[in-house]
Amino acid sequence: MSGTGPPDRPAREVCAELVAELMLADERLVCLDSDTGQFARVDFGAAADRYVNLGIAEQNLLGAAAGLARAGRIPIVHTMATFAATRALEAVKIDVAFGGLPVHIVATHGGLSAGSLGPSHHALEDVAVLRTLPNLRVVVPADAADAACLLRQCLAGPGPSYLRLGREATPRLPPRLPPVRLGRAQVLRPVGGDVTIVGCGPHPVRLAMEAADALAACGIAATVLDMHTVKPLDVAALTAAAGNGTVLTVEDHWAAGGLGSAVAECLAERGIARVRRIGAPDRFFPFAGEHGDLLERAGVTVDRVVATARAMLAEAPRRP
Amino acid sequence: MSVVPPPRADTAAVRVRRRIVQMCGHGRGGHLGGSMSLVEILLTLYQDVMRVDPTRPDDPDRDILLLSKGHGAIGLYAVLAECGFLPESAIAAYGRPGGTLLAHPVPGTAGVEAPTGALGHGLPLGVGYALAMRLDGAERRCFVVLGDGELQEGSVWEAAMAAAAHRLDRIVAVVDRNGLQITGPTEEVLALEPLAAKWASFGWTVRTVDGHDRNQLRAALSEPPEPGRPTVVIAVTVKGKGLPYVENQVHSHYARLGERQLARAMAALERGDQAVRP
Repeated sequence: MSGTGPPDRPAREVCAELVAELMLADERLVCLDSDTGQFARVDFGAAADRYVNLGIAEQNLLGAAAGLARAGRIPIVHTMATFAATRALEAVKIDVAFGGLPVHIVATHGGLSAGSLGPSHHALEDVAVLRTLPNLRVVVPADAADAACLLRQCLAGPGPSYLRLGREATPRLPPRLPPVRLGRAQVLRPVGGDVTIVGCGPHPVRLAMEAADALAACGIAATVLDMHTVKPLDVAALTAAAGNGTVLTVEDHWAAGGLGSAVAECLAERGIARVRRIGAPDRFFPFAGEHGDLLERAGVTVDRVVATARAMLAEAPRRP
Repeated sequence: MSVVPPPRADTAAVRVRRRIVQMCGHGRGGHLGGSMSLVEILLTLYQDVMRVDPTRPDDPDRDILLLSKGHGAIGLYAVLAECGFLPESAIAAYGRPGGTLLAHPVPGTAGVEAPTGALGHGLPLGVGYALAMRLDGAERRCFVVLGDGELQEGSVWEAAMAAAAHRLDRIVAVVDRNGLQITGPTEEVLALEPLAAKWASFGWTVRTVDGHDRNQLRAALSEPPEPGRPTVVIAVTVKGKGLPYVENQVHSHYARLGERQLARAMAALERGDQAVRP
């Protein structure tokens, strides 16, 4: 899967440097690491005493973060997505989310981005699991610049956040205006299209835009939303964009429970639109390959988005 | 000919145990055995050791107590009432529909620092508190009260490693070593011994005391830490302490006392009955 934008830096590297920079300016910030290796080349300078590597122990990591937050600090917690969402889930639920504490989880290796590291390191469940927890924001940025921008906004807000990043660099998306805002879907192709594509995360958002271009060549206008904040969902933007009655979602996540489910729940309860979800099918992916290879295997592709959109429109146009 | 024992002195521990029993009656249920075993531990912490002020429960300079064995909640409420953090009316409010005094504590009650109940959460929280206290340069301490069965949770040992590795000498763990868990003795269910050696091998200073002897508890809990080392006090206790007919009984874990059972328990506390020791 090739990108359309210029090469970018991994979002996790950009965010690690940003964390160090922000820690110098705000003494409440504490960086908790779980031996990710993410900070090997990061210079914390005068904030070095606020970088703590708690080792390979994610339950303690999230519990300690909650303790720090209760004592007045703002911890930024680094681990892999699947370890935050599943191994440490009880601590995220009871210690962090229940208290609505300002603990910010910066999770790497989201979706299939771990590639050949295999199913133990894939996180195809994290959004589903974590969006059920009250108080916790779930944020899936589309590129490194958005990740940095959204991380700043998470840190400025009250309560906890889960910021889902990938592993490797992903294509830089073209500049979009207005800049990304936490909790507000970004409209990448204008509302009023024949079909609406809602995506989140680096590859899905890019391929949603590529699919829109391909559909345009067939005379089909597609509205595209980057729903980077899966929770709280931007219901106003979604319902406005779903007025055409035909919505499909695309994400690097199992189709069960993630962005697609959130969108389907919202629209079904309002009787607004039919929804098709494009995500990984109900299986594991024990295959070698890069992130893009595995997304192809999971069927998270431009071609599938285009074909699904065309099939939906051919079934029965449902423009109200 | 029977000998009527003299009425028992109305000590804090007796008042606390009376409250615990009350909370297991009147249509309510509670974790009786593991709350009765905690009484002297919590009383000693609140009355003799911790820097806390019931008129300012949110004092930023206070010491922190985390009841990691959250099922000891009624023991905590009873002690908080004894020490003026909660009004006596809280004992009647426990378990009432719509109230916030639950069988496992949730924040919102003076003296409750964090929600506990799922076991194995207190020590990780304590690691966070202790890191913050060190960053703040504060002379505060964080006491984490654990059940012994709780030590079977892996997260306890993650935190035990972290506390020692990061030299968090402001943490004091207290293990309520009553020896029983729901289905039987800890040593039969999932053995913990040699427990003191386990903690020592994790880099902790270990002090073992009689968990119903406040002098021993006070001495162990007040002693300054070895610099750079967290401290664990293994308090050897009796599950159900104070009610001879439930002491050391597995079934004392949770009780819902009818009116007759409640009256029997209160009478036993009034008389100061002692368990018959072999």
